[in-house]
Amino acid sequence: MTSVVATSRHRYRIRFSKLGKIRFTSHRDVARLWERALRRATIPVAYSEGFSPHPKLSFGLALPTGHESLGEYLDVEVTESLGDPLDVGAFITRLDPGLPIGLDVQAAAEIAPGTPSLQQSVVCCTWRIGIQGHGCNQLAERVDDVLGADSIIVTRERKGQHVTDDVRPAIVALDISGDAEVVADLATQPRSLRPSELVAALSGGDNDLGEGRVTRIHQWLSIDGAREEPLPLPLDATSAPHAEARAS
Amino acid sequence: MSSIWPELEALLPRVAKPARYIGCEQGAQAPEHHPDQVSWLLTYPDTYEIGLPNQGLQILYEILNERPDAVAERAYAPWTDLEALLREHGLPLFSVDGHRPASDFDILAFNLSAELVYTNVLNCIDLAGVPVRSAERRPEHPLVGAGGHCTYNPEPLADFLDFVVLGDGEEVVSEITEVVGVWKRAGRRTRDSVLLDLAQVPGVYVPSLYDVSYLDDGRIAAVTPRLARVPERVEKRTIADLAEWPYPKEQLVPVTEVVHDRLNVEVFRGCTRGCRFCQAGMITRPVRERPADQVRHMITSGLRRTGYDEVALTSLSTADFSGIEDVVRDTVNDTTSGCGNVSVSLPSLRVDAFTVGIAAQIQRARRTGLTFAPEAGTWRMRQVINKLISEEDLFGAVESAYSQGWRRMKLYFLTGLPTETDEDTLGIAELARKCVEIGRRYHTSASVTVSVGGFVPKPFTPFQWFGQNTVAELSRKVGLLRDALHRDRGVQLKWHDPKATLIEGLASRGDRRLGPVIETVWRRGGVFQEWSEHFDIRRWDEAMAEHGLSIDWYVHRHRTEDEVLPWDHISAGLHKDFLWQDWRDALAEVGLPDCRWTACYDCGACTGYGIEHIVASATPPAGGSQGTGQLVFVR
Repeated sequence: MTSVVATSRHRYRIRFSKLGKIRFTSHRDVARLWERALRRATIPVAYSEGFSPHPKLSFGLALPTGHESLGEYLDVEVTESLGDPLDVGAFITRLDPGLPIGLDVQAAAEIAPGTPSLQQSVVCCTWRIGIQGHGCNQLAERVDDVLGADSIIVTRERKGQHVTDDVRPAIVALDISGDAEVVADLATQPRSLRPSELVAALSGGDNDLGEGRVTRIHQWLSIDGAREEPLPLPLDATSAPHAEARAS
Repeated sequence: MSSIWPELEALLPRVAKPARYIGCEQGAQAPEHHPDQVSWLLTYPDTYEIGLPNQGLQILYEILNERPDAVAERAYAPWTDLEALLREHGLPLFSVDGHRPASDFDILAFNLSAELVYTNVLNCIDLAGVPVRSAERRPEHPLVGAGGHCTYNPEPLADFLDFVVLGDGEEVVSEITEVVGVWKRAGRRTRDSVLLDLAQVPGVYVPSLYDVSYLDDGRIAAVTPRLARVPERVEKRTIADLAEWPYPKEQLVPVTEVVHDRLNVEVFRGCTRGCRFCQAGMITRPVRERPADQVRHMITSGLRRTGYDEVALTSLSTADFSGIEDVVRDTVNDTTSGCGNVSVSLPSLRVDAFTVGIAAQIQRARRTGLTFAPEAGTWRMRQVINKLISEEDLFGAVESAYSQGWRRMKLYFLTGLPTETDEDTLGIAELARKCVEIGRRYHTSASVTVSVGGFVPKPFTPFQWFGQNTVAELSRKVGLLRDALHRDRGVQLKWHDPKATLIEGLASRGDRRLGPVIETVWRRGGVFQEWSEHFDIRRWDEAMAEHGLSIDWYVHRHRTEDEVLPWDHISAGLHKDFLWQDWRDALAEVGLPDCRWTACYDCGACTGYGIEHIVASATPPAGGSQGTGQLVFVR
């Protein structure tokens, strides 16, 4: 079998939402869904060389199973240009029939060769976190406690070992956004702080708060000190409430 | 009808692999239910990952939803974590399509592919909010039915099933729909009336309409219909021509990981190789090939529709499909169906070099393992079981595989076969060792995995009279192989738990008296018996003893020709005297060639139903001698 040497590789970044029933699929499930959707759309995805070739897709930070998102990303390497410039509307129409309800492409663009991977470059995520439990009536105080603390030491298990971390620096912003809901910016580097870990920190020693419905609203890059989304939503994008209604 | 999704959604964050409960598959249907339609809940009594790919269930799902008078949705057994939460919150078994409660359906139809799922059937009925015993159900409860290979001996489940379907389901589901529709539109008066009407449908067996009497020694005296209109013997259904049934047309593509996660195209149904241990080969006769053009079309359109990059050509022995080479070549070379390389898998490979040649062609892109099933370690033993693979065939296949780049292969064997001696058992080790020797000529790391299963005699096979080996005997044989192979680094030995084999044997040839045993095991928590973490032989031992029954009598006893077998009032089309003669031939170590390419020996499967083989090629495939009449048989 002869293989054609890749002469014109192009990379595209796709932003999509994960809402409704489909939020119960895992990160790996979503990767497989994308592989099939791209094949159905006959997008000429590049494959790795070797004994067991696999398509060159790279996803950003894994979204925990069960959480929703308005800002998931995927970088795809293809063997030929999909248009210069890319016709985003046509591209979305081409992909859409292959994706399950709840996974919707919101934006896409070609990215320059050498663009750092999502995994490397995302520094922070904005989360909307529903809170359950008795402690909800003291939520405002708990938020103030957390914001006022110099350090929040938690012990968590990593690779079978108990590690003690100060998670306070990872809480970049935190605010109440409803009766039982907070919005938080949580750092992803040097290590991600998960929404469930924030809820544990809010519980303090009382352990009377639980995680409700969680949505990742944004992922952020840091470009020359300013924060930017890996791919902003176009102005005419499907509004989030509308997409959420369709997916549930 | 209402959806339980809002309640279920709140529970899913607390269970493992929640995606198996959401549906959302490509190809899933969202049928509207109308009071005049008959609604079916097609239920696979094991996990979603195992059940979703089941092709039989998917075929019926499409056929029923195409009918204006029917709707069908699907359900799978929830894993124990979700089941506990459902029971705690008073929620029922539900469909994954519309998340409707199971008791909202007119028919709960189970697929029975394996005996160890029987306790799960009871659990699903109970979780549906329906009495597990058919005698206790009222007209408002769903009718509980079952189909699939295990229904050729439905007797252990006779107390729990309202009706049982034998054979191919494509046509009979429509006839059942019509009968139930009439009953439903007339106001669902009594269950007796609809069950009696169902018993008139060819291929439908209603266990409650038969009485079983017993002899003093415990054997069955007779099984007799309780009413004149009820047939004495229920014949299986067979579709004459697979070409008329190009299903599934829209194979379900799940959103989460399942077994056999690929496009599946059934290339033929039935098999007449005549392996005597193989129930599937006996009960699905005759051979009905799908036309090659239809196969090609189903592959191309299926790949394009699903986005899969792998297609399995399914049947009981795919290398026997006429023109297999051409179909495979065209599929591998077809670049129009999508992007990337398409790989083809042939799940049931014949053992010969020809087959390996095809495999080499199709696994250019991703070379996975190669699996062969010689089934027995010596030529004598293979003649007994009529798996007529010569050592030349096997070693030719092995040589061909290693020389073309494979480094490991898997060999499947049975132990506990009729007339098996220790020499036969140890022949397995000998064969494996020789295969590794051949492999070492090509790769220093060549290896073979030997997988050994305990033999379970099945109804409607020539071995249905044979007393199964005991757990001790099967364990001893596995021990012989372990001792023989423990120094061979190139051979890895795996075996099936002989205790699970014992209970498979119990359910496989059991009768109605096992009903209370299955119920007791289930009530004490014995679900998911296919899963080793849930299987506990003591539950079965205790339940058998409590109900005054002997495992030894059911499992290890040899039957005689005159014994009334629990499934004698069921017909798979095979003449009992054919099976008996084949059993005598087995004991005499006489092989029987494949009737596709040689003379008919009147097993009954064609002649009884006025149908015949549909095979595109009048000559046997190249390359293998096994069972094609190319060996000289002395009879």
